[in-house]
Amino acid sequence: MWPAMITFEHVTKRYPDGTVAVEDLDLVCPTGQITVFVGPSGCGKTTSLRMINRLLEPTEGRILVDGNDVRERDASVLRRDMGYVIQQAGLFPHRTVLDNVATVPMLLGVSRKEARRSAAEQLERVGLVPELGKRYPYQLSGGQQQRVGVARALAADPPIMLMDEPFSAVDPVVRGDLQREFLRLQDDIGKTIVFVTHDVDEAVKLGDQIAVFATGGHLVQVDTPERLLAAPANEFVADFLGGDRGIRRLTFLASDRVGLDESDVVDSTVAPGLLEALGDAGRDWALLVGADRHAVGWVPTSGVPAAAAARPVERTFNPAADSLRVALDSALLSPAGRAVAVDDDGRVLGTAAHADILRAVTDEVARSQRVEAAS
Amino acid sequence: MNILSGIFDWLTSADNWSGAGGIPQRMLEHLTYSVVALALAAVIALPLGLWIGHTGRLAFLVVNLSNAARALPTVGVLILAVALVGIGFTPVLLALVALAVPPILVNTYEGVRSVDPTVPAAAKGMGMRGPQILLRAEVPVALPAILLGLRTAAVQTISTATIAALVSLGGLGRFVFDGLARSEYDQVAGGAVLVAALAIAAEGLFTLLMITLVSPGVRRRST
Amino acid sequence: MNWEWVTGHLPLIGQLLGEHVFLSVLPVVIGLAVSLPLGIVCSRYPALYGPVLLLTSVLYAVPSLALFVFLLGVTGLHTTTVVIPLALYTLSVLVRNVVDGMRSVPDAVRDAAVGMGFGPLRRLVQVELPIAVPLIMAGTRVATVSNISMVSIGALLGFGGLGQLFTTYGIQLNFFLTAILTGVVLTVALAVAADTIIVGIQRLLTPWAPRGAGR
Repeated sequence: MWPAMITFEHVTKRYPDGTVAVEDLDLVCPTGQITVFVGPSGCGKTTSLRMINRLLEPTEGRILVDGNDVRERDASVLRRDMGYVIQQAGLFPHRTVLDNVATVPMLLGVSRKEARRSAAEQLERVGLVPELGKRYPYQLSGGQQQRVGVARALAADPPIMLMDEPFSAVDPVVRGDLQREFLRLQDDIGKTIVFVTHDVDEAVKLGDQIAVFATGGHLVQVDTPERLLAAPANEFVADFLGGDRGIRRLTFLASDRVGLDESDVVDSTVAPGLLEALGDAGRDWALLVGADRHAVGWVPTSGVPAAAAARPVERTFNPAADSLRVALDSALLSPAGRAVAVDDDGRVLGTAAHADILRAVTDEVARSQRVEAAS
Repeated sequence: MNILSGIFDWLTSADNWSGAGGIPQRMLEHLTYSVVALALAAVIALPLGLWIGHTGRLAFLVVNLSNAARALPTVGVLILAVALVGIGFTPVLLALVALAVPPILVNTYEGVRSVDPTVPAAAKGMGMRGPQILLRAEVPVALPAILLGLRTAAVQTISTATIAALVSLGGLGRFVFDGLARSEYDQVAGGAVLVAALAIAAEGLFTLLMITLVSPGVRRRST
Repeated sequence: MNWEWVTGHLPLIGQLLGEHVFLSVLPVVIGLAVSLPLGIVCSRYPALYGPVLLLTSVLYAVPSLALFVFLLGVTGLHTTTVVIPLALYTLSVLVRNVVDGMRSVPDAVRDAAVGMGFGPLRRLVQVELPIAVPLIMAGTRVATVSNISMVSIGALLGFGGLGQLFTTYGIQLNFFLTAILTGVVLTVALAVAADTIIVGIQRLLTPWAPRGAGR
C-alpha cells in the first residue's frame, strides 16, 4: 500500500446562487489516521468530503492526494481508489450482499469469481457471517447494512476511506458496536480516513484528529480530541463540544498512577478479626474475591463474608488500559465508594477511593500541561 | 393536410351544428351516456373501494377480479348485453359501467391502503371511530389516488361511449359510424375529434379538482 | 351455448386467437422500445417531461376507434392501422412508469454508485434500470391487458382478432350468443394468461424485490 495524505489548499466552494459552502479551507489529513470533520448542519463538512472524490468540484483552490491534484485523474477512476461509505448505506437493492461488496473490484476488472472470494473475506472482516452474502439488502437490519457498506468500501483495499455519517442512521446501541469495531478494524488496516459526523461524542471517540467546522464553511480548529477538549480555540468550539467537556477530558488521562489499596481485598478464609479492624478503620465494606482473585462482590465488614450477601461489582478498571473516566465511574458505582482495579486477566489488583482518583486527575492534568508547554 | 382541412370544414359547417342529429344534440347524448355511467360506477366502486381499503377484507379477490374485468372487451360486452336484453340504453350503460368500475375501485382501494399506517393509528389514538377515521383521516390522504381513478374512468367512458352508435343509439359515435358506412371520412374524423375534445376536457376538469380539493399537505407530483 | 358451433369452428377460433395475440403484443414491444429511451431522457431532463406528459395524456384521451379510423385514411386497411394506435397507448402508459421507475432509485444508491466510480452509462445499465424494473413491468402489465381488451375494437374495421366473433359472427348472425360469449371469455382468459406470464418474468428479473412489491 502506498502512503495517502490528503491536502486541502485554499479550497473554496461557492454555489452559483452565491452561497459559500466552504471558505478557504487549508487542512492536511495525515496518512493512516482518522480525521473527523465535525460541525453543525450547513457547515460544509460533507461538501468538503465530497470534493475529495470529486462528487463536487471546488470553485477555488485544490485538493491533493500525495501531492497530486485530484483533478488530474478521471473522476470515475479516482473514485475507485477511495472507499466511500454513506449514511443510508446506499446498498444496491438488486444485488446480493456478496455482489454488493464485490462491486468495486469488478469495476476495476477483477474476475467475478476472484471479486466474490475477496468479498467474502471482507464480510468476515466486518463481523458478518458468510451466509449473509447470499441475501439481498432488504433482508438485513440497519446495522448489518452499514457493515456491508463498510465492507463494500474496503473491498478493493483503497488507501483512502471517505465516510459520510456512516453510523448516524442506526440506534445508539448498534452505533456503539459499530464504532468499537471500526476502531479495531482501523488498527489492522491503517487507512487514511476522512469521517464526517455531527456528533461530537463520536468525533472524540474515533478521531486521531478533529476538524471543527462552523456555519458558513469556516474551519475553526484542528486538533487531537484531547487538546480540543482541553483548549477549545473559541467560544463556538467550546459551545459545540458541550457542557461535559471537563468530564470528557478524563477519557484521555491514564489511570496507571492511581494509588491502590489492597488491605480491603479479602477472601472467604478471612479471619473475623480482620473485618472488624477494617470496620474500626472506617471501612464499612470489604471486597470479597474468589480463589482465582476474581471479584465476587462487596460485603459489609459488620457481617459474615458470604458470597450470597455480596453486592455486585458493576464496573472495574484496568490501570494498564483504561482512562481515569472509567476509574471514576467504577468508584461512583460501588457501594463502598471505591473503584476496583483489575489486571488484563481480570484479577483484582486493589481498590481506590474517589479521593485517590481525583488526586491522580490533578497530577495527570498538570503533567499533560507540562508536556504541552514543552512541545 | 387535406384530412385536417376536411375535418375543419366539417366542424365549421353551420349545417352540422343545428337540428336533430346536429353536433349539440349528439354531444348532449354523448355526455348523458358518459355521466350516467360514471355516476353509477362511482356509486358502486367508491364505497366498495373505501371499505376494502379500510378493512383489508376481500382485497385479494376484488383486486384480481377488477384486473380481470379491465380485460373485458367493451364491444363484446355491449353486444352480449344487446343479445341478452335487446337494443336500448341499458346495454350501453352496462358496458360503460363495466369499463368504469375497475379503475375507480382499484385506485380507491390502493389509495386508502397506502395511507401511512401511523395516520389512522393517530386518529384512533385521538378517539375517532371507524367511519370518522376513514372520512377525516384516510380519505383526505388518499384523495389524489381516488381522483386519479375517477379521471381515468371518465376519460375511458367518454372515449368509449362512441360505441353506443354501434347499437343504433345516439352520441358522437353516430358521426363516426354513419361516416364509415357512407365513406365520408371528414365526418368520421370530425366526430372523433369532438370525442377527444370531450375526453380532454374531462381530464382537465379532474386535474382542476385535484388542485382545488387535495390538501397542499398531501399533494404529490401527480398530474 | 351451442357447443357444436364451437367445436366446429376450432380452427377459426385458433386463428383469431393468434391474430389477437399478435395485434396486442406487437404494440407492447414497440411501445417499450420507444418509451424506455424516452422515459430515461425525460428523467434526466425534467423540463422535457412536462410537455411529453401532456402529449401522452392527450393521446390517451383520443378514442381508439377514432385513431383507427383516422389512420385508415393514412395507411389504408392494414394491420398497422390497429398496431400504431395501440403502440401509442402503450407508450403513453409506459413513459410515466419508466420515469417513475428511474425516480424510484434511492438518492443514496445513486450517490453510492457515483462515489464508487460508476460512469453515467454503466450506472444506467447496471444500477438504475434494474431498480426501475418493477415499475416498468407494472406499466407493461396495464398496457398489455388494456391492449388485449382494445384489439376487439379493431374488429369494427375488420382487424380485431377475437373481436371478429362479436361483429362478423355476432351481430351479423343476428346476435349469435355462442360466438359473442366465446369471444368475451377467450379475451379475458388471454389477458389473465398474459398478465400471469409478465408477473412470472418480473419475478425472474427481480429476485431481490421484497415480496408484495411491484403489483
